[in-house]
Amino acid sequence: MNAKVATIKTAAETALAQAFSRARGRLPGDEGIAARREAAFDLFAEQGLPHRRIEEWKYTDLRALMLDAKPLATPPDAAAKARAKQAGGLLGDIEARRLVFVDGVFVAELSDLSNLEAGLTIGSLAQALSEGDPVLAAHLGKLAPANDIAVALNTAFMGDGAVIRIASGATIERPLHLLFVVSEKPAATFVRSLVVIEQGARAMLVESHEGPAGSDYQVNAALELFAGDGAHVDYVKIIGEGADALHVSTMAAAIGAHARFNSFTFTTGGAVVRNQLFLRFDGEGTVAVIRGASLLKGRQHADTTLIADHIAHDCQSREMFKAVLDDEGHGVFQGRIIVRPHAQKTDAKMMTQALLLSERAEADNKPELEIFADDVQCGHGATAGALDEELKFYLMARGIPAAQAEALLIQAFLGEAIEGIEHAGLREALMESIANWLRERN
Amino acid sequence: MALLEVKDLHVEIDGKEILKGLDLAVDAGQVHAIMGPNGSGKSTLAYVLAGKEDYRPSAGEVLFDGRDLFAMEPDERAAAGLFLAFQYPLEIPGVATMTFLRTALNAQRKRRGETELSTPEFIKTVRETAGELGIDQEMLRRAVNVGFSGGEKKRNEILQMALLQPRLAVLDETDSGLDIDALKIVADGVNRLRSPKRSFVVITHYQRLLNYIVPDVVHVLSQGRVVKTGGKELALELEANGYRQYQEEVLA
Repeated sequence: MNAKVATIKTAAETALAQAFSRARGRLPGDEGIAARREAAFDLFAEQGLPHRRIEEWKYTDLRALMLDAKPLATPPDAAAKARAKQAGGLLGDIEARRLVFVDGVFVAELSDLSNLEAGLTIGSLAQALSEGDPVLAAHLGKLAPANDIAVALNTAFMGDGAVIRIASGATIERPLHLLFVVSEKPAATFVRSLVVIEQGARAMLVESHEGPAGSDYQVNAALELFAGDGAHVDYVKIIGEGADALHVSTMAAAIGAHARFNSFTFTTGGAVVRNQLFLRFDGEGTVAVIRGASLLKGRQHADTTLIADHIAHDCQSREMFKAVLDDEGHGVFQGRIIVRPHAQKTDAKMMTQALLLSERAEADNKPELEIFADDVQCGHGATAGALDEELKFYLMARGIPAAQAEALLIQAFLGEAIEGIEHAGLREALMESIANWLRERN
Repeated sequence: MALLEVKDLHVEIDGKEILKGLDLAVDAGQVHAIMGPNGSGKSTLAYVLAGKEDYRPSAGEVLFDGRDLFAMEPDERAAAGLFLAFQYPLEIPGVATMTFLRTALNAQRKRRGETELSTPEFIKTVRETAGELGIDQEMLRRAVNVGFSGGEKKRNEILQMALLQPRLAVLDETDSGLDIDALKIVADGVNRLRSPKRSFVVITHYQRLLNYIVPDVVHVLSQGRVVKTGGKELALELEANGYRQYQEEVLA
């Protein structure tokens, strides 16, 4: 143990160790869970925060970017809950079932648990941990990679989150919205959610994160999603954190056979964002659309790291990620498509495009293909460039002012990714959010 | 006073002088044709009038309705009533034609202090105008010029012109790449808009278009200057004899 502790060097690493030793006794869960927390923390203690010499974290040197570790958030008081009522505005009029988490804690009175559709079960992770819910034994930690330090820290500190089960064959028309809100305190939250969508079930899940500007709070969120054979899943993650926040999140999914999986991640907030997506194609004949868009300005840094792991044959995946980078914004995309030996007839195409609005903006793209099967169609492409001046001139020659012409072109650029979202209301909400971002830019 | 006055205009691009003292005056209500061989500076004139970046004058001035054109941004020029029909209209993936048209029309109206058109008013106006020009409504449902044939792109330019109702329209080789039917549609669109208050500068390599858009004045442009000005018969003479004599005159 001493040897492990000796490798901890930075202030953040030391603070995390202190926080864990103080919290370990009161974090929820039985002995089995406690042992998992210890093991996960030991891994962190051994390796420390990931840094640029770790290939997966090459562009997001968390050891350098995370100057300190905030104290664990305390449960929200009445004022924090009251403020959280204003949250979730981005989704506008979308009729969704909200599950609200404030400072990492499920708040039932802000959530809608009434008239649950047949086949839908909703609970909180804290409760599941305390009660020893068997769903945890079957699913918790089965998808999120245990050797990933962000996941390890989440496992060590996880306090609350959503536990959702959608029974076989159920269709849940209302989108489920997991709304994670941080109040003003510059604290750290560790939320962990489990979503099990059984065979042939259909659901749409929105995970959104937001918090106040001017608070350098820290969020570590993880979500494990199981989609059964023939399931139809829409998953949308919105990272709209406050401007000074540090956000690290992981979504790990296993998708069964002949399923439809459509995901979109939308990043506009946070000073430092690491958005990890780990998708595993376990069953044959599944079609997945995996898209995302980031809009970064100031000195924002956002890293999207995607692994699409094709284990089963005859699956199709389409990845498209777009970034609009202004000022000194730094966008990172690391995308890896793995095709395992038995995943014949895999059809995977990955495209990433960055639009640089400033000469100081930076885009890093690292696409990778790891192919172990011989009968596949895989490809990737990446572009980075400035706005097309010819197009801008054409618009201006029709009387459209420069800023408006740029806005139209930026909306068109992002629109190509957003049109992949099936829910029309959500498409409109995101386009509206982009329009707001563009208005603030000018 | 002329609506457009170009005085001793010099334009350099990448250090090479393309326009070398061009003079041109277009009165309200007139149609001027500018003809000339390839490389004579026709398209440069079109771009410099519309305000394309890198097409900046090194000397001379251009007055549009008495205002210094070079003090205005391209969008201000458009709102003031200048329209350029592009030789190669651009495709803008992801921007719907209707959004583009409404944004342009309302941006111009706003700048002129006029009320913006409501969506129903706008849709009615576009449908009527497209109908008059024989433009398929289906074209309006696509992204700007994406998947359009050459002829459709040129017709879309004429639709934009008809909607925006400019005071001066510059048509840069609008006839290039058009078959005779498309040419007639384009010419018909221009002729419908002719009025005592509206002027046209029709830039073309060939006389053919001028059979359908009959000009008041024809200029021959060669090596960056207007070398001859005459009536519509000058276009026929060029068609018969070519540009050779004018190129040689300049060289001599």
